[in-house]
Amino acid sequence: MTSTVISIKNAVVSYREDVALRGVSLEVTSGEFVGIIGPNGAGKTTLLTVVNGMGKLFSGQVTVLGDPLRQGNGRSLRKRVGYVAQVDNIDPRMPMDVREVVMIGRLGVLGLFRRPGKRDWQIVDEMLELAGMTHLARRPIGHLSGGEQQRAAIARCLAQEPELFLLDEPTASLDWKAQSGILELVKEIHDLRELTTLFVTHDLDALPHTCDRIVLMKDGLIVDDGPPDRLISTSSLSRLYDLPESVVEERRHHMHAKE
Amino acid sequence: MDLSIFGYQFMQNAIISAFLGGIACATVGVFVVLMHLPFIGVAMSHAAFAGALLGLWVGFDPLIGAFAFSLLAAAIVGPLADRGQLTPDTSLGIVFSLMLGIAFLFLGLMPGTRSSALDLLWGSILTNTSEDIILLAVVTVVVVGLVISFFKEIQATVFNRNIALSVGLPATIILYGVLFLTGATVTASLRSIGGLLIFSLILNPAAAAYQLTYSMKKMFLLSAVFGVLSGWIGLLVSYLLDVPSGATIVITSSIIFIIATVFSPKRKVRRWKEEPLAGE
Repeated sequence: MTSTVISIKNAVVSYREDVALRGVSLEVTSGEFVGIIGPNGAGKTTLLTVVNGMGKLFSGQVTVLGDPLRQGNGRSLRKRVGYVAQVDNIDPRMPMDVREVVMIGRLGVLGLFRRPGKRDWQIVDEMLELAGMTHLARRPIGHLSGGEQQRAAIARCLAQEPELFLLDEPTASLDWKAQSGILELVKEIHDLRELTTLFVTHDLDALPHTCDRIVLMKDGLIVDDGPPDRLISTSSLSRLYDLPESVVEERRHHMHAKE
Repeated sequence: MDLSIFGYQFMQNAIISAFLGGIACATVGVFVVLMHLPFIGVAMSHAAFAGALLGLWVGFDPLIGAFAFSLLAAAIVGPLADRGQLTPDTSLGIVFSLMLGIAFLFLGLMPGTRSSALDLLWGSILTNTSEDIILLAVVTVVVVGLVISFFKEIQATVFNRNIALSVGLPATIILYGVLFLTGATVTASLRSIGGLLIFSLILNPAAAAYQLTYSMKKMFLLSAVFGVLSGWIGLLVSYLLDVPSGATIVITSSIIFIIATVFSPKRKVRRWKEEPLAGE
């Protein structure tokens, strides 16, 4: 049975003078794989931060996993929501190995004063295996390539045993091979665990083919929402990115050529 | 070599102070190095100096003033950096210059000789009293105890504060806690090491440890060992050459850093062995 796991009604978020979300409403049901696309500055990342309780609502109502978001309950919500951000610059000398970084995913669930036990390390090792990272588990985290760092971030997120899986431009700045690997991994995780997934990207090349649904965002608003067949069309993308249809057509042609 | 000097109470106090101050400074130094906040030591030590001068001027215990001002600096730096309007280095720079200005203001307003004020700037570990040692011991036990109790949360926060927040850890409270601990450590070490020199004792041992290991636990341990060694070797050199101890302690810590950098395994490409993943 499907149930609503994310319900956003008229969410408005502003950062000082900039309004990042201008009255956004969205419902996501359990097990859905939603791709959120739009140009830079469309409010996609802000939408994800509203879902994981890190964004500050100016007005509107947000209910995630049955709990209405209030000031003060964001931290307990984040323990249930996995979040993978863009590749970040990691200090190559950072004194932590991959396994320790993946364990960070367990720490919120564990709580203060409790040390990770055998079961926690076992979960970490399982997630490393799922992400294809077992052979790099003891490697210093700063020694990994961008693609490997993202696999480690996904393993960290899964170690949290989340009920929601949020990915914010996880393939940005990765080469094409690493990008394909991450997309395959995300698809595999979704298929295997039926985890409700929100995948944000500005790059259509990086949109997983398995999305059940596409949300188009622009200027802090959701401008369209529906099945990929209808929305990934030359005319809607032309409107979304403010590009002539001929340019969109040419880019899409390149995308298909790559496939 | 005549080492009978080490039998005297004032020297034993200095040795114990160097041990405690070395551990406390080097431990908070690990945060400073890993969170890329090298300015924090300077900002805090000048805040503590300004507070101590206020105490000397108005007539209360300078340590109380030092403690209050360094906590105040921590309370200003945290939110300034946290709101993202300024980078942490910029906010630390602003606090540093403000505190330096206040310190000079108090120095100018103080009547009479200023030798006691200047002692705080250069430090004088050889005049440490048992009260100074008790204060250092309390701060050291608190710093080390908190690091042991919250090691995993601290590890996650210094790795990436946003990731720590996103998994539901109180990363902002931990950051503020680190700033307050730094303030308390600077205050407790002010009389021994001095406001100007303490920055090096916070930064150098941790920066040296950072060159030598990929394990954060080992980094804390090595940093503490280097901090204590800096103090003890510095004291010995100070006695042998009859030069100020604060300066020799800091120069020793710098030499340890240079040696660690020269012999750093992180400068070489290493082959990583695949090891079995048994539960820790």
